[in-house]
Amino acid sequence: MLGGTTLVAAADLVGAGVPAAAVPGTPQPAESYDLNDFLTEAAMPTANLITVTVHEDGTASFALPRMEVGQGITTSTAMLIAEELELPVDRVRVTLADARPELLYNQLTGGSNTTISTYTPIRVAAAVAKGALLEAAAIQLGDTVDNLRAKGGVVQAPDGSSVTYGELARAAAGSTTRAMEVRLKEPGEFRVVGVGQPRIDALDAVTGRKLYATDLQVKGALPTMVCRAPTLNGTPKRLRNKAAVLAMPGVRNVAVVDSGVAVRAETFGQCIDAIRAMKVDWVDGPVAGLSDADIVDELRAAELPLPTLPDNPLAKTVDLDVLFYFRSNSAMDTNSAIADVRPDRATVWAGLKSPITAQQKIAEALGLSQDAVKVHVVQGGGSFGRRLFFDGALEAAKISQAMGKPVKLMWHRADDARVGRGHPMATSRVRAVHANGEVLAFQQSHTSIETDFRHGLGEIITANSADLPGGLGNLGFAETVFELTQEVPYDFGVITQTLTETDDRFNTGSMRNIYSPDVRVAGELMVDRLAAAMGQDPYEFRRAHLRNDRVRAVLDTVADVGDWGRSMPAGTAQGIAIHKEYKGCSACLVEIDNRPQQTGRDIRDGVGGPRVTKVVFAIDVGLVVNPRGLEAQMQGCINDGIALALTSSMHLRDGHFLEASWDNYFYTRQWNTPPDVEVVVMASDSAQPGGAGEAGVAATFAAVACAFARAAGSVPTYFPVNHRDPLEFTPKPFVPPIPQSPTNGLKLTY
Amino acid sequence: MPRQTFVLNGKPTTVDVHDDVRVLWVLRDLLGVTGPKYGCGINVCKACTSHVNGRAFNPCSVRVGDLEKTDEITTIEGLADTVDGDLHPMQQAWLDRDVAQCGYCQPGQIMAAVALVRKVRREGRSITDADLDGIRNICRCGTYTRIREAIAQGERQM
Repeated sequence: MLGGTTLVAAADLVGAGVPAAAVPGTPQPAESYDLNDFLTEAAMPTANLITVTVHEDGTASFALPRMEVGQGITTSTAMLIAEELELPVDRVRVTLADARPELLYNQLTGGSNTTISTYTPIRVAAAVAKGALLEAAAIQLGDTVDNLRAKGGVVQAPDGSSVTYGELARAAAGSTTRAMEVRLKEPGEFRVVGVGQPRIDALDAVTGRKLYATDLQVKGALPTMVCRAPTLNGTPKRLRNKAAVLAMPGVRNVAVVDSGVAVRAETFGQCIDAIRAMKVDWVDGPVAGLSDADIVDELRAAELPLPTLPDNPLAKTVDLDVLFYFRSNSAMDTNSAIADVRPDRATVWAGLKSPITAQQKIAEALGLSQDAVKVHVVQGGGSFGRRLFFDGALEAAKISQAMGKPVKLMWHRADDARVGRGHPMATSRVRAVHANGEVLAFQQSHTSIETDFRHGLGEIITANSADLPGGLGNLGFAETVFELTQEVPYDFGVITQTLTETDDRFNTGSMRNIYSPDVRVAGELMVDRLAAAMGQDPYEFRRAHLRNDRVRAVLDTVADVGDWGRSMPAGTAQGIAIHKEYKGCSACLVEIDNRPQQTGRDIRDGVGGPRVTKVVFAIDVGLVVNPRGLEAQMQGCINDGIALALTSSMHLRDGHFLEASWDNYFYTRQWNTPPDVEVVVMASDSAQPGGAGEAGVAATFAAVACAFARAAGSVPTYFPVNHRDPLEFTPKPFVPPIPQSPTNGLKLTY
Repeated sequence: MPRQTFVLNGKPTTVDVHDDVRVLWVLRDLLGVTGPKYGCGINVCKACTSHVNGRAFNPCSVRVGDLEKTDEITTIEGLADTVDGDLHPMQQAWLDRDVAQCGYCQPGQIMAAVALVRKVRREGRSITDADLDGIRNICRCGTYTRIREAIAQGERQM
């Protein structure tokens, strides 16, 4: 606890009894020690550096060292504090902490780890605050702490006298820092945790008051955009018509930076005009001239041979080989940041999931010391993994330094789609052998274009070690993540899963659920194939081979609620799949309609294709903090899984991605979303919360893949299934790199 | 510099800017009205959906010079003022269904939903599944299921 006019309470986890597990040997480390154990342990040494503050107005506040991007962690955090502090949720304010380098590995938002790693520290901090309030109240009310009761922000004594937290805040603050022991509530005592709570920012969201980076008003930070190269990651040589561009209406500054030519103007519209007028000489990017097929060839060449397994009348070997094209994690809120760089200091505002790494890398780029760079973390309009990196913030800082002016940088959608990070192309091969109705071996080899993990664990030491020459550092990081997340929870004899990565020329990163969606699709398609080879029902076959009761329970739930096996017309089918990750497990049952009346739909600026008509999803994350938020996350994951299976991909053609906006990149839309969605949140007696933000993607993608294979009568060899169809759009030009805004909007009103 | 005059959220508003600047930038960059969001700038994502004279439009695709001085622009910030009470029924429905996740597209979603209800009422009918399928506003968080539920509630209460 710290002194002052407000009570500041911190969590000291000494003796808090959070167990550390040992890393067991292969084949399946994720079963007993997973990525979340790794991230949680990395965060623990500095977990005591977070503080809950109680104010004289009776509210509590907390600056969360994580980033809110829609996943609901500000709400769940407010609930945890409200629970232990005995304060109504609406009197707890949760903001996002600035970059705090002293937190080391404890300011990374990723791996669905926020609730898992902060569940205990945040409750401890709140409990410490409540303890101090009770001690101060005991003096004021003339009673002992044990006799007092805190509820709703008021401390009551048995004689009926009471005092509010606001009245106690100053007295409870004390003047020295001291340690205090607390007893946390048992789950059976919870009254807030586990009860559905609407988002704490919902009113701001529906009234337009919620602010994102480009909504902030920073003095002098005028709209700024960048003209980019016609090939991916090409670089500028020179701007040939600088004077003409500077003379355009509204244009104030132009600067050539390493990623392109930046323009700062009075409005973003005038930035767009200026970019379209620029005449720039470019150096080609590293994949100039290459297309999808070239990258597929490269992946095939990088694949390691699968071991030969027996194939004879007694032991049958089954093979499956699936290709996954590039996909984009482009969020609605494009890469954007405000930067105000002065000769001796800099201030940056951006949505950042690794703000400490961002601070360090920005300082390095500007030639400033780290403590001269202030980094404010702003809520993001989505992330899906994108904001693990800080491309916009770093670029904004460089532009601000080059121009000597504050800038509000916004990536055009076309840049965000074509140049922004995404999920790399990959192949997943599975080989299994079965005999006498049992699976004896299950081997999966995943080969991928490099997944960039150079944000490290959220600070520069691990970021730099991930950036060792030749990609070796990143590969080690990637293999660790793969090993600690992948699991085949079936009794399939000898199970091995391996990762091979190649080629660091693309802009990639951890897209929501990282490796699992692709790995699980190949795995679950193989499970269906094995079931068919043995003449068994896909659900019964899974059920009989699962080695985990929790997974079996979610599988049974979706089969029951979703009426598995019901009779359906030709061209329609059900699919069922499971997944286990983030301390939880999930199952998904879908129904798909692949008949011509669906696939033949003609949709302007979009694709119809097969329609997922129904989804039943069951999720067991262990202890649930906010069931309402969990349901929302699963609904979102369902739409992501459908997109990955059926419609969403990037086409690399002649050195650049073609997709430049939402009329090219076909994320799930209202005409694709299932009209019937049911999410079942499983009751759990676990005292351990799991991760929620990504947990639904893999099982949904896999269930849709299995359903599509059944409805279409053949197993797809690539995803999304429409990738090789004739393009549904006319690619937008690459020179100029961004499209002009239309002018016919008044003719399109409704 | 031309003077542009229109009615913004009930108030006559004048701003000095060239005719061809799109209304979205006039609202966001010059007037500080940031409820309408940028998501594409080419009228496909619909995140900036607002109302002109009560009908849905996308300010990213309208030149400010094409507005008449009597044109009434309503953004999400002014929606509640068009009804009695603190919130428009569609906003309340959004709260009741806890629709928002990241929230970025939701101002546009709500403005589109209100316009859709008005449109089907002009046509003397109610919203159908086909109408819901036809909503073009994208939500990258995938809140579509709750959007559909909220529109059903909002339509009943409008």
